[in-house]
Amino acid sequence: MKIVACIKQVPDSAAKVVVENGQISWGDAPLVINPWDEFAVEAALQQKEALGGEVIAVSMGGEAAKEALKHALAMGCDQAILISDQALEGLDTQGTARVLAAAIQKIGGVDMAFFGRQTIDGDAGLTPAQSARVLGWPFLGLTAKVECSGRTVKVERATEEGRQMVSAELPVVFSIAKDYGEPRYPSFMGIRKASRAEIPVWSLSDLGISAPAPVIAWPALLNPPSREVNCEFITGGSPEEIANALADKIIAEKVL
Amino acid sequence: MKTWVYIDHFKGEALPASWEAVGVGKTLGSVTALVFGSGVEALAKSAFEYGADEVLLGDDAVLADFRAEVYASTLSKLASEQSPDLILLPTTTRGRELAAMTAIDLNTGVLVDVTAVEVDGDKVVATRPIYAGKLLEKTVCNAKPQIVTLRGRAFPKPEAQAGKAGTLTRVTPVAEAKTNVEGYSTGEGGVSLTDAGVIVSGGRGTSNNPALTPPPGLDEKQAEIWKAQEGFKKVGELAKVLGGALGASRAAVDAGYIPYAHQVGQTGKVVSPDLYIACGISGAIQHLAGMRTSKMIVAINKDAEAPIFKVARYGVVGDMHQVVPALTEAFKKKLGK
Repeated sequence: MKIVACIKQVPDSAAKVVVENGQISWGDAPLVINPWDEFAVEAALQQKEALGGEVIAVSMGGEAAKEALKHALAMGCDQAILISDQALEGLDTQGTARVLAAAIQKIGGVDMAFFGRQTIDGDAGLTPAQSARVLGWPFLGLTAKVECSGRTVKVERATEEGRQMVSAELPVVFSIAKDYGEPRYPSFMGIRKASRAEIPVWSLSDLGISAPAPVIAWPALLNPPSREVNCEFITGGSPEEIANALADKIIAEKVL
Repeated sequence: MKTWVYIDHFKGEALPASWEAVGVGKTLGSVTALVFGSGVEALAKSAFEYGADEVLLGDDAVLADFRAEVYASTLSKLASEQSPDLILLPTTTRGRELAAMTAIDLNTGVLVDVTAVEVDGDKVVATRPIYAGKLLEKTVCNAKPQIVTLRGRAFPKPEAQAGKAGTLTRVTPVAEAKTNVEGYSTGEGGVSLTDAGVIVSGGRGTSNNPALTPPPGLDEKQAEIWKAQEGFKKVGELAKVLGGALGASRAAVDAGYIPYAHQVGQTGKVVSPDLYIACGISGAIQHLAGMRTSKMIVAINKDAEAPIFKVARYGVVGDMHQVVPALTEAFKKKLGK
């Protein structure tokens, strides 16, 4: 099996993110592999372990994104490729999908491409389905369980209404839900191997495409209205008395 | 603006966010609702009652299960023939996938999980939370049709007008299936946090009830989980009395107290119920990101310094294991249940 895991580097989920002078700032919080993408890497590695083959981690971004790729290598991916090009600044999800699809095609002979369900910065969750659409491959979104036999893959999808069982023929694009199971930690040996890895950088001309024209624009970034409210503490008396007073307050607010 | 609204449904049951989207569409002009499925003519009738002027009804066995590739090909063909200015969808799993693929087909873009909409000429200027609501962005789509998915509960649901009718046009699906839906098991998951008007959530605090003695034979971790599950029963009972859903913090999910489907936060569900009651949740930034847009937040925590109190309207500094059951009893009496 030739397996690709697409990942992105994002500010850590514990970061305090604010807008300063129209720019997004996350202070000195670290950049990490998108937490959802760790599940994609885990699923990719499990398929390799079950079926044989190799896992290639692919990311689009600046030089710093090599750190996210090294995390994927340390988890056990065999190779990593960074797609980096000045012309990719300000790309929207449609453009990202076209670039990733071109990379998957250039790698060649790919059977499975794994994505996280969404990134925790842009929160769009569009790129996995859009990459599948550009490739013309089946899309199995929010996959929680994968079974592959021959060229047929059967999955359980974690949807709002419960599990949905879906099958398709390879090659396939997956997005992986957290229900899949905890991603592994990088091993000590893996970290050593990753630290020495040479990560090739592909430009748009290496992919043989020009920069996709952006369709989406972002005229403004805003800090959300402050949620700081004055908390009224209910005090005094037994838990029952406090609960009674609190229930009266909640009922009076007409939120039930 | 010529607006289309995709009516998302599961087995013929429309999601409330679909009607909210019709309501938004009506503020922009006439609305054409898209109803796809098999045996879904009743949904077309509901779409008229919620305000649609026209319905494009794709009622066909090939549309029986939602398959994004089939629905997208059908929607893309209709849109390229009839050139709507705007396509609105609810931000559900199906809505997101359908929007994503249709945008590729039509060489346009998606403004996803939008919480506010303004109009500037022939363009929609959408506001959407990013970084799980830590920031907002204003965003526009510079191609046609503009595709916008609307966050559930961010817009009012219109009143249905019984008996209101409109123009029904039947359309033929484009059957380009690449996947087979083999069945459903609704036993697992199926926690509808994003639709819920009331959410009662538990955190790490569910596990430290000193009054409980775990059954013998459990190791330390098992005993902790057993205690937490007892704690979550109390939280769940309060949720039930209020007709709400049961949520949890990431810390509680990661500790194995409760399945992931209940998780609220940046790597769980982002919710905005009318009432959010946080029990034994300290309020880590990634949890706050997922629930800060709730209309009213109530926090019960034994630590008076917990960050959750900074976003709460009402707070109780106390033991959730005593306060939560007492609150359940109080609501039972006051709400006559």
